[in-house]
Amino acid sequence: MTINVHHVTRIEGHGNIRLQATDGRVEKVLWQVPEAPRFFEAMLRGRSWQDVQTVVSRICGICSFAHSLASIKATEAALGLTVSQQTDQLRQLAFGGEQLESHVLHVGYLVAPDLAGVKSVVPLVSSHPEVVKAVIRAHRLGNEWMELLGGRRTHPVSFRPGGFGKLPTEKELGDLKGRLMNVVQDLKLIAATVTSLAGKLPAFERPTEYVALTSPGCYTFYHGQIGSTDTPDTVAVERFEEIANEHVVAQSTAKWARWHRESYAVGALSRFKLNHAWLHPLATTTARDLGLTPACCNPYMNSVAQVVESVEVVEAALELIDQLLTRGIKAEPLRPVRPKAGTGVGAVEAPRGTLFHRYTYDDHGVCTAANVCIPTNQNHANIQKDFEALLPEVIDEEEPRVRLLFEMLVRAYDPCVSCSSH
Amino acid sequence: MKKLRMAIFDFACCEGCQLQIVNMEEGLLDLLDIVEPVEWREAISDQSEEYDLAFVEGSITREEDEQRLKDIRQRARILVALGACAVNGGVNRLKNAPDMDEVRRCVYGNSATMPHLATAPTKAVGEVVKVDFEVRGCPMSRREFTYIVRCLAAATTPVVPTYPVCVECKLRETVCRYEFNEVCLGVVTRAGCNAPCPAGGQWCYGCRGLVDDPNVNGAKDIMDKYGKTVADLRSRMELFNSVEARQCQGQ
Repeated sequence: MTINVHHVTRIEGHGNIRLQATDGRVEKVLWQVPEAPRFFEAMLRGRSWQDVQTVVSRICGICSFAHSLASIKATEAALGLTVSQQTDQLRQLAFGGEQLESHVLHVGYLVAPDLAGVKSVVPLVSSHPEVVKAVIRAHRLGNEWMELLGGRRTHPVSFRPGGFGKLPTEKELGDLKGRLMNVVQDLKLIAATVTSLAGKLPAFERPTEYVALTSPGCYTFYHGQIGSTDTPDTVAVERFEEIANEHVVAQSTAKWARWHRESYAVGALSRFKLNHAWLHPLATTTARDLGLTPACCNPYMNSVAQVVESVEVVEAALELIDQLLTRGIKAEPLRPVRPKAGTGVGAVEAPRGTLFHRYTYDDHGVCTAANVCIPTNQNHANIQKDFEALLPEVIDEEEPRVRLLFEMLVRAYDPCVSCSSH
Repeated sequence: MKKLRMAIFDFACCEGCQLQIVNMEEGLLDLLDIVEPVEWREAISDQSEEYDLAFVEGSITREEDEQRLKDIRQRARILVALGACAVNGGVNRLKNAPDMDEVRRCVYGNSATMPHLATAPTKAVGEVVKVDFEVRGCPMSRREFTYIVRCLAAATTPVVPTYPVCVECKLRETVCRYEFNEVCLGVVTRAGCNAPCPAGGQWCYGCRGLVDDPNVNGAKDIMDKYGKTVADLRSRMELFNSVEARQCQGQ
């Protein structure tokens, strides 16, 4: 058996699957990443603190809000800027839009075709019209939600170190609330459809280390410390280099990471395993209906955890909007910033997992050094380890089936490959 | 009307422009009435040998990518550069330094000499192959993309504005970013985006490239009026227009 998938389809970026086996004996099993690196850490040197987020947002078109927010948090930490509760809550609210948009895109457009046995979402438009319309509506809402708070739906402009360049009005937030309440029906339909197709997900289990930000009392995407299923202790985000241990391997232009084991996983499944106790009620019910439990070690279930999180971010957003409207939106003009030398770290949970940015500024606020650690970087080694465990289990199956199982495994991680080779 | 066979390819970039196509939502279904996607790795699992219309996203940073791009050009009747990275190199050009080895060391440290990490100075698509049309912006505008595809399907030539972003801010009644004591590149940047960034609370950073004949003297007057220097302008211009920023050195 020889399987060479050059540039796996329906994922972000370029990755190859290389498998070879003879008479049931595995000879080669590789997850290769040949993506062209862009050298963002080098690009950032010499950039003003005001322009850094504009540059790093371009690391990823699909999670540009995550990069902007992690970047702004890092810059604020370096320059000693604090923000108001209103700014903090509005950023968290905006970020929920990106989680919804990204998860619905992944589950609805990239994963669903595999479950339905087709090559893209296009045939599903006629075979499953109602759920495709629900996917489009939820995706559109995610996008318009992001646009309202970020100024644009990709590469946001309203977030600024210290606050917001433009605030939403109370009326706009009220309108968003109404639309969020309406999208719950669409999410229920999507969840029910995924439940009915969940049997198509391979029953493959491989326990690994699961890592995510964690903040007691909250299913967090924006605050918290680094948690792991391998240790009860949490680690401050400022020490992210010590947990990621990034290293270069010959099969990938993106760095790999390892902590307590040879590899670890980040993303929706990791967040669910670490933080499920703090899900909102409907998200908890959705997880139960979908058969997702904290003990799950099946990487294919990451897409299911994304469905649960899609519900979670809508429930969390409804709460945030209520709190914001109760207090009323206050005009908070940006205060002048006096740059100073310093180093800062910002971390958030991007849709695909934990994202870290570190910058060092000189006393003019010019960036002199940067380090960015991407969720998919942290998943690449884990994908490789899954490959090595999966191939012996399926080695007697027909080649097209094996190929599909490996492609589906890669897709399950929702990899942002060009992001990882930033 | 026969549907155009459409393919989409990506090189060094964030794939955010392709995302704008998905972000058309129901509008994408309408577009499928005039184009047939025959190869689009990010969204579908089909491949094709030739295309009426090839969209190329991203910039070119490696010899192997130049070869792949030339191959795409041979198969394509019309080739369109999609987004800032493809049109002029975009932010990827910021890495272009005299010493590429130093750039590699900055990111990969002691492993920088491994062969698979080789990189060359960033090129725009048009520096490697002939480009028939451009869709500018970072990310590109969905509206402009749709307009250009419809023009190509109807075999007419799309018309893109040659006036600056300031015009669109005035039409939207957006307060000028200079009034917030900020350096905005809208004065020299090509319009067509409908100026979402100043309206969203930030300056224009020039992602659509400069207008054909920028009013340099007018820009200097504005710098003077608000106490800004050409150095301020140039630093920001480097983000998406590093070639032009270097040219305005000393002006």
